[in-house]
Amino acid sequence: MFLIPLGVYILVLFGYPLYYSVSMSFKNLNQITLINGNANFVGFQNYIQAWSSSIIWRSFLNTIQFTVVSIIMQFVIGLLVALLFNRRFPLNRVLRSLILVPWLIPQIVSGAIFNWMFSSTNGVVNQILLDLHIVSTPVNWLLHPESALIVMMITNIWIGVPFNMVLLYSGLQDIPREIYEAAAIDGARGVRSFFYVTLPNLKVIIGIVLMLGLIYTLKVFDIVMSLTQGGPANMTQLLSSWSYTLSFTNLNFGQGAAVANGLIVISLVFTAIYLWINRKTAD
Amino acid sequence: MEGKVTKTVYLSLAIIVCAFMLFPLYWTIVSSLKNNTQLFAFPQTFFPPTPQWNVYSQAFGSQWPHLVVSLVVSLGTVVLSLLISLPAAYALAQFKLKITVVFVLILLIVQMIPSISLANALFLIFHNLHLLNSYQGLILADSTYAVPFDVLILRAFIESIPRELIEAGFVDGAGNWLALIRIVTPISKSAIITAALFSFLFAWGDFLYALTVTTTNSIQPITLSIYQYIGSHSTEWNSLMATAVLASIPAGLLLIFTQRYINAGISTSGIK
Repeated sequence: MFLIPLGVYILVLFGYPLYYSVSMSFKNLNQITLINGNANFVGFQNYIQAWSSSIIWRSFLNTIQFTVVSIIMQFVIGLLVALLFNRRFPLNRVLRSLILVPWLIPQIVSGAIFNWMFSSTNGVVNQILLDLHIVSTPVNWLLHPESALIVMMITNIWIGVPFNMVLLYSGLQDIPREIYEAAAIDGARGVRSFFYVTLPNLKVIIGIVLMLGLIYTLKVFDIVMSLTQGGPANMTQLLSSWSYTLSFTNLNFGQGAAVANGLIVISLVFTAIYLWINRKTAD
Repeated sequence: MEGKVTKTVYLSLAIIVCAFMLFPLYWTIVSSLKNNTQLFAFPQTFFPPTPQWNVYSQAFGSQWPHLVVSLVVSLGTVVLSLLISLPAAYALAQFKLKITVVFVLILLIVQMIPSISLANALFLIFHNLHLLNSYQGLILADSTYAVPFDVLILRAFIESIPRELIEAGFVDGAGNWLALIRIVTPISKSAIITAALFSFLFAWGDFLYALTVTTTNSIQPITLSIYQYIGSHSTEWNSLMATAVLASIPAGLLLIFTQRYINAGISTSGIK
């Protein structure tokens, strides 16, 4: 009886939209049929059209690049910071919680902040690069696809480091001190103890952090919208933002759903891997 | 164990890391306090030469309706999510049924679904149900972030309550509802606060649903207002940055007053 509200909730707000999304993707829902209500079943036409355009492949490659680079950097930086905070020193707690702020503020705010910092005319990043003589003229960060993608990744890494850090830190705290002491007797100290003790003991947590990072990064949407809106010329779209553009800008909800459903499939594959790593949770 | 020198080295490193991570926020505040000439001066100063505090009263004056919308939607999301999650979490923790595993698995999976995939469908569904541009619609949409998380975190906590404690409630003749209200809820206070906090932050930070399930300006959360600010290509970066600061205040307050709950929340979201 206690489960009824949740059951209904899942059916109404997850089950039905998912079913609806699948059914949308097989109909020619566009700006005309949305109004007159004459959307017909068109089979796989939306999938074929949506997944054969040149923009979708750009978005797909962008999504891969954005995801892989973000995750590796978030993880490496997060792990280094976690290792640092795993040591004892004054103000540890205060500083550790301050680092969480980037993760807690709305992503659209982070996007706005980085948009301003990387502004071509008066962004502080250009200012610093000019002062250090790394560049001789201001860089138009957000006007070129390659550099715009870099800014998107930097923003996302900034947001993700705290999350990685907290999870890895709690994993490090769970490793019993005795294991390090025993390893030290066997001659494993410093860097060697990191590779022979720390990493093997963090294996499960590392798997979880990487998979969650992957799934969350596939969802990223706010960062694209607040930095480039997919531009210039759709060159910085991710699958999520491209699905949005198809549906809500081009009013082609059929194709938008076809892209979104592809994204769901990709997420589910990694969700399966995540669940397999984290098998205990469901018991 | 570690010497004073090593500790100082660690502390300095940690301060550098923090400075690096917090610089964008520092820069946001500095920029908000500059006037237009100072914003576009070259070279830029790293502190506001003549702090323009009135920008905050102006930003608040123009943004307060959006802040109110965000507050109402976020609080609504907290209430709705807890009402659904708490009884469900109690049942999933208390009764070992086959269906428990199925529910937990479904929750873990739906948590991973990209929101844009739901948003496409929700827009048309809400359109048919006349839920676009309404508080109810936004609260329902935003609760999809919170409900799976809340159930999982509350269940993990309730499971850790000794069974005898809950069963003691039954001796007095109380049913499951009374046991939930009288015994489980007070004990789970910290987990409930964590769940509420995260639900609030999820809804407060939501931009995707704010963008998709509203079509007019009648109900506009602060995140949407910021987005339109960026889109308008205005050069009033100081007021935009002031608005960014205003939108970040809840996160800051929650962090200061409830830091231990937030740490618990992040840890639980990854591993039980």
